[in-house]
Amino acid sequence: MSFLTVLVAALFYLAAVIFVTGVVYRIWLYAKVPAPLRIATTPAPVTKGGVVLRMFREVAFFESLFKSNKLLWILAALFHYGLALVLFRHLRYFLDPVPMVVELAQPFGKYAAFAMILGLLGLWARRFVIDRVRYITSPSDHLMLGLLVLIGLSGALTTFVAHTDIVALKDFARGLLTFDLKPLPGDPLLVIHLTLVAVLMIVFPYSKLLHGVGVFFSPTRNMVDNPREQRHLAPWARKLEEEKS
Amino acid sequence: MAKANFEVPEITGVTEVPAVQPDTMAHLETFRAKPEFMEALGFPGEMPEDWKEKAIEAMGDLLKKYRSLQVFLDACVKCGACTDKCHYFLGTADPKNMPVARQDLLRKVYRRYFTLAGKFFPKLVGAVDLTEEVLHDWYNYYHQCSQCRRCSVFCPYGIDTAEISMAAREIMDRIGVGDKYSNEIIGKVFRIGNNLGLPEPALADTLEGLEEDVYDDTGVRVRYPLDEKGAEILLVTPSADFFAEPHVDGLMGYGKVFHELGVSWTLSSYASEAANFGMFIGSYENMRKVSLRIRKAALDLGVKRIVFGECGHAWRVAYAFLNTLAGPFDFLDPNYPVPQHICEFTWEAIQAGKLNLDPSANDDMVVTFHDSCNVARATRMGDKPGGQFEIPRNVIKAVCNNYVDMPHGTIKEATFCCGGGGGLLTDDLMELRVKGAKPRMDALKSVTEEYGVTHMAAICAICKSQFTKVIPYYGFDMDQIVSVHQLVSNAIILTGEGEGGEEEEESAEDAA
Repeated sequence: MSFLTVLVAALFYLAAVIFVTGVVYRIWLYAKVPAPLRIATTPAPVTKGGVVLRMFREVAFFESLFKSNKLLWILAALFHYGLALVLFRHLRYFLDPVPMVVELAQPFGKYAAFAMILGLLGLWARRFVIDRVRYITSPSDHLMLGLLVLIGLSGALTTFVAHTDIVALKDFARGLLTFDLKPLPGDPLLVIHLTLVAVLMIVFPYSKLLHGVGVFFSPTRNMVDNPREQRHLAPWARKLEEEKS
Repeated sequence: MAKANFEVPEITGVTEVPAVQPDTMAHLETFRAKPEFMEALGFPGEMPEDWKEKAIEAMGDLLKKYRSLQVFLDACVKCGACTDKCHYFLGTADPKNMPVARQDLLRKVYRRYFTLAGKFFPKLVGAVDLTEEVLHDWYNYYHQCSQCRRCSVFCPYGIDTAEISMAAREIMDRIGVGDKYSNEIIGKVFRIGNNLGLPEPALADTLEGLEEDVYDDTGVRVRYPLDEKGAEILLVTPSADFFAEPHVDGLMGYGKVFHELGVSWTLSSYASEAANFGMFIGSYENMRKVSLRIRKAALDLGVKRIVFGECGHAWRVAYAFLNTLAGPFDFLDPNYPVPQHICEFTWEAIQAGKLNLDPSANDDMVVTFHDSCNVARATRMGDKPGGQFEIPRNVIKAVCNNYVDMPHGTIKEATFCCGGGGGLLTDDLMELRVKGAKPRMDALKSVTEEYGVTHMAAICAICKSQFTKVIPYYGFDMDQIVSVHQLVSNAIILTGEGEGGEEEEESAEDAA
């Protein structure tokens, strides 16, 4: 077993632990904090089913962003849908046998990398070109975009230019899952790709990348519009009521 | 045109997004509340020595109480979707008036003290220590947000800057730094019962005067009762309705509608204020205290229903918070929502054919409607989402023959704030108020030129006060602002109107 294999494997285990505990901690934190008043941005659904639909439109189609800014929406869609396809395609490295749908997605997933990179470059360009966006950009915003672009580029290069040993890579990936380490192909591009992905997983719970979790907890989007029908007392607000009455 | 000691933006009919000009509004600092007024609300009168620790402690406390604050401070990705949505940014070009930048004033401190990245790599993520300079920015720029929620419509995560600015004001209040306008007004509500400090005798006088006016005008005795026990409906309305123009014409209209339906109603001198400035300063406790006055008034007077007059933020607190803050209202008639908006009430009456209306009474006007921000984006009227847009329009169209909407993107959920909401309706912020009205003025100008609009109707006391003061800066006339129920009042033909007074006195008594 090469030192490199052990190192990358160790890095992935560490990243996985940080990623999972970090995200679970955030979810627990958001779930624990009470939401004392109805603050849905109206018009808002008046039923739970309606809220599920609203959230679905928000997460799947970026409804609010579409209302806001069409160019930004196109770039965000290119990146996020591209990433989603690319991630889906990557299941082939973890599942054996490879399910039919993953097989079918393979050609789309491969070229989705370009949509993803294009979207990212567009988003990055906005941070230089539009004065308002330049004003609100901090160094970490550039770093995140840089990290994602490098992940996309290194991945696309291993797919389209400098092929790696896919069979060996799959053995390595499945080895990771079953705690039975198999050697990792030593291609520099692949090692860079995997290392950056691990870094992304580590940064995820502590950065703005968490927006993917936050949106589900956003009270302006996930609340039913029913304040005249129901009281919505937070535990700390209920105490206030008990004290004074 | 009104004179200004600052540059009034030029209106073209279309609001262009300005190029960023840092610090154009950095000088604008609203007056601070005196210690006695702070203490009356349960806040320290002066800044304590350890104000920084106290502020961070307050932030920590709010983060544990409000999921909105915690999620909103974390979720922003700085995408910029909100940057061109705030009327104050569009009118001032000051980048700190972009919603995300306004949030960042608080977020950068949150990151420094409450996140790993901000503790270890502050420069990288734009985290900073809390300093006097930062506090100064907080004070100035969180008092340049009217909490209108327009940004929250367009944010992909629904981040609502209003929530952030409320939290920021609460944090500042807790270290003795509060603004004069809102805090003194809340004090007046606690002492006297309304924002304007009108005591019971003054209210009684005013209402008697209104009865005279309506009688002179129509020959019908319409009553404007105060503190009448056993009335069916308690009307809670912004105190500006008692004397300001065009608000008072709206109050006349509510009275006429009640009169025609023959329902008994009353105002309360104890709860003579619909507005609840506790929301503006983000103080749950103060908002609750103001709300409880309405509950007490309803109980004391033994009413069956509560109806709110035309007021924007008031309707938000009433619709979305009152039941939670001061409920349960199980002592009221369960057949009606608690509370009801006067527009819901009037629209029902119109649909039931109970009002005799002559829309030609308003034929001298071409009317458009300004959706008040908090009614539009924080409340509802009727059973269906969007009723808050349809019902006031339906009422207007039932009493006016000439109605047109302002351009798409400036009405309904995308409506622009009047520029005076959120506790900013004070003369020391006049520059902000004038500049912040620009997007609405552009929209008004466009329908004025295209459709010959002559009047803009509103259902909010702040909108009406703000516009009557501010539109002269843009070459309009203050009389162009009307109350929705002023239009109703004009069109309504009272039973027996024009037939001489005698029998009307009887029916008025029946109604009471």
